[in-house]
Amino acid sequence: METLKKITASPLFLPLFALAVLLIFNIIFVDGFLTIEMTDDGRLYGRLIDILNRSSSLIILSLGMTFVIATSGIDISVGSVIAISSAVCCTLIGGSGDGTAEYPMILAMLAAVLAGVLCGVWNGLLVAKFKIQPVVATLILMTAGRGIAQLITEGQIITVYYKPFAYIGSSIPGNILPTTIFIAIAMILLVTFIIKKTSIGLFVQSVGINSTASRFTGINVTFVIFLVYAFSGFCAGVSGLIESSLIRAADANNAGLNMEMDAILAVALGGTLLSGGKFNIGGSVIGAITIQTLTTTMYALGVSSEQLPVIKAVAVIILCLMQSSKFRIMFNNWKSRNKVGPQGEKNFLMDEKAVNKA
Amino acid sequence: MNSKLRKLLNEAISSQYFSFFVTVILFLVLYAVGIMTYKGFMRPQVFFNLFIDNAALIIVTIGITFTLLTGGIDLSVGAVVALSCMILASLLQNTGVPVPVAVLAVLLLGIFIGGVQGYLITAFNMQPFIVTLAGMFFCRGLTAVISRETISITNDFYVSIASERIDIFGLGFISIGAVVALLSLFIAAIVLKYTKFGRTIFALGGNAASASLMGLPVFKTRIMVYVISGFCAALGGVVYSWIMLSGYTLHGLGMEMDAIASSVIGGTLLTGGVGFIPGTLFGVLIQGVILTFITFQGTLSAWWTKIVVGALLCIFIIMQALITERKSKLSSKSSIEAAKQ
Repeated sequence: METLKKITASPLFLPLFALAVLLIFNIIFVDGFLTIEMTDDGRLYGRLIDILNRSSSLIILSLGMTFVIATSGIDISVGSVIAISSAVCCTLIGGSGDGTAEYPMILAMLAAVLAGVLCGVWNGLLVAKFKIQPVVATLILMTAGRGIAQLITEGQIITVYYKPFAYIGSSIPGNILPTTIFIAIAMILLVTFIIKKTSIGLFVQSVGINSTASRFTGINVTFVIFLVYAFSGFCAGVSGLIESSLIRAADANNAGLNMEMDAILAVALGGTLLSGGKFNIGGSVIGAITIQTLTTTMYALGVSSEQLPVIKAVAVIILCLMQSSKFRIMFNNWKSRNKVGPQGEKNFLMDEKAVNKA
Repeated sequence: MNSKLRKLLNEAISSQYFSFFVTVILFLVLYAVGIMTYKGFMRPQVFFNLFIDNAALIIVTIGITFTLLTGGIDLSVGAVVALSCMILASLLQNTGVPVPVAVLAVLLLGIFIGGVQGYLITAFNMQPFIVTLAGMFFCRGLTAVISRETISITNDFYVSIASERIDIFGLGFISIGAVVALLSLFIAAIVLKYTKFGRTIFALGGNAASASLMGLPVFKTRIMVYVISGFCAALGGVVYSWIMLSGYTLHGLGMEMDAIASSVIGGTLLTGGVGFIPGTLFGVLIQGVILTFITFQGTLSAWWTKIVVGALLCIFIIMQALITERKSKLSSKSSIEAAKQ
C-alpha cells in the first residue's frame, strides 16, 4: 500500500500511466504496431519510430513552454512562430524545381532559428518590460504571426526540392534513426545541462512561486522572464525547421496549427503546475510523447485533424481540474462521505499528513 | 504658460476617459485621411457599411469587455461564432426546424458554453485563459465534427432577414445585424453604468478581495460575466451568419484578438476595473476603417489587417501601461505636495 502510494505520488506517474494505456490500446487494436523494419537504404521504419519522429518537434516546443509556464506565464504564439520560422527557412532555400538552393542551407536554418528567437524576444519584451499579461502579449503574435508568415511566403505554399533539406525531417543517409530524434535529444541535454550547471532553473521556479519575493532576494525577475520567452521562441524556431522539413514545404496557414494546445497539454500532463512554480522537464518530454501517441492513435481511428482538438480540450480541462486544489478538497470530501465513518476520517488524516510532509 | 499647459495635459491624461478621447480622435483622423485619399470615402454609405460589416464584431466585443472588466479573458468567442454559424446552417439546411427555434437554440448554447466556462473558472480557481483556450479548441473542433465542408444557408426567410435594408434618411441603409449591434451596445452601456450588477463588475475588476469583503456577490457575478460573453458570442454568430450565409470551420478565425483589440483600443484596461462601452464601438470602427483602407487600396493583402490590428493593440496596451505609471507618479507627487502644505 505504501509503495503503491509512493509510485502514484511521483510526478512522472501520470504521463507514464497515460502513455502505457495508449500503447497497450495500440498494441491490441492497431495491426503491426510494434513491428520495426529496415528499409533498403538502411533506415529503421515502423509506427513506433514514426511516433518518435513526429513527437520530436513537440518535445522541443514543450521544453520552452515548460519554462514559460513555470514562471506562471504562457506562450500561445508558438504555433505561429513555427509558421514564421518555416516560412523563413523555405523562402531562403527557395522552391526552384531543379533541386538547388538559393542560399546555403545552413544559413537558411540559422536564419529560421534566429527568426524564432526574435519572435521570442518580442514576446519577452512585451511581458517582462511592459508588464502585459502573457496571454494577451502572445495572442498578438499568435494571430498576427500567421499574417507575417503569409507576407514572407507571399501567400504561396513554398515547396522545397533541395534534397539535403529533407534530411532534417527524415534521416541523413547511412543513419538508421531519423535526425529529428537526435535534435530532440540534443535539446533535452542542453536544457538538462543548463538546469544542472546553472541556477537559472531555480530562479525560474522562484519567480513562478512568488515574483515579488524573488525580486527582494535579488533575482533580476525582468531578465528571467525575458529569457524564458526568448528561449520559448528559440524552441519554436527549431520546431519550425523540423515541421517544414517533414513536409518539405512552408505552409503559412497550417504549419504548427494547434501546436500551442499540444505543448500546453504536454506540460500539464508532465506534472508542471499551470499556475507556475515547480516544473518537471522529464515529465514534459514524456508528456509530449504521450500527446503525439494520442494524436497518432486518433488518426488511426479515423478522427480528422480538425476534430481532434475536441478531445484535447477535454483532456486539458480534466488535467486542470486534477491540479486544482479546490477540486481535490471537494473530491476528498465526496470520497470520505461515501466511505464508512471512521475509515474515511482516517484516510483524510493520512492525506493531511502527506500534505504536511510535502 | 508652460506650466499651465502641462497641468492641463496632466489633468487630461489622468482623466478616466483619456483613452476614449485618443480613440475618437484617431478614428476621426483616419477617416479624414481616407476622405482626402480616396474619393469614394465621402459617400455616407461607406460609413454605414462600417456598422454592417462589423456588426458581429461589435456584439462579440461587448461580451469580451464584460470579462476583461473583471480582469478575466475569454478566448473562445471566435470559435463560438463559428460553432453558432455551423449549427444554424446545419439546423436550417438538414432539418425542418423553424428559424426562431434554431436561433434560440444557438443563443441557449452560447449561454451554456459561457456558463460552463464561468463555473470552471470560478468554482475551481482555474485560470481564465486556460479554460477559455480549451473552450476555443473545443468549439472549433465541434464545428468540424458537425461538418468539415461549408454548409450554405438557403432558407428563404433567413436570407430575407439577412438582406433586409433599413433606410436612414435617404442617405444610405443599414442591415438588421447593425441594428441588433447598436441595440446590444445601448443595453450593455445601461447595464454597466446604472445597474447594481454593472457596479459589481467594476468593483470586482478593481479589487476582487475587497469586493468580496463588501458583501458583493462575487461568485455569481463572475459566472454571469462569462455567461454574457458566451451569449454575446452566440448572438454575434447569428449576426455573422447573416453576412456569410454559411457555416464553416474557419469562420471567425482570430476574432478573439480583434475583439480584445477593439475593447482595449476603446479604453478597457486589461487588468480590469476600467472600461467604457461607447469606446469599444470606436475600437471596432477604427479596425473597420483600416479594413476599408485596404479594400480601397486594392493591392494590399488582407493579412495586413491582422498585422495592423496586432500593432494597434500593442501600441494601446503600452500607452495604457505608461499612463498608469504616470498616474501613480502624479498621485504620489500630489500627496507629497499636500503633506508639505
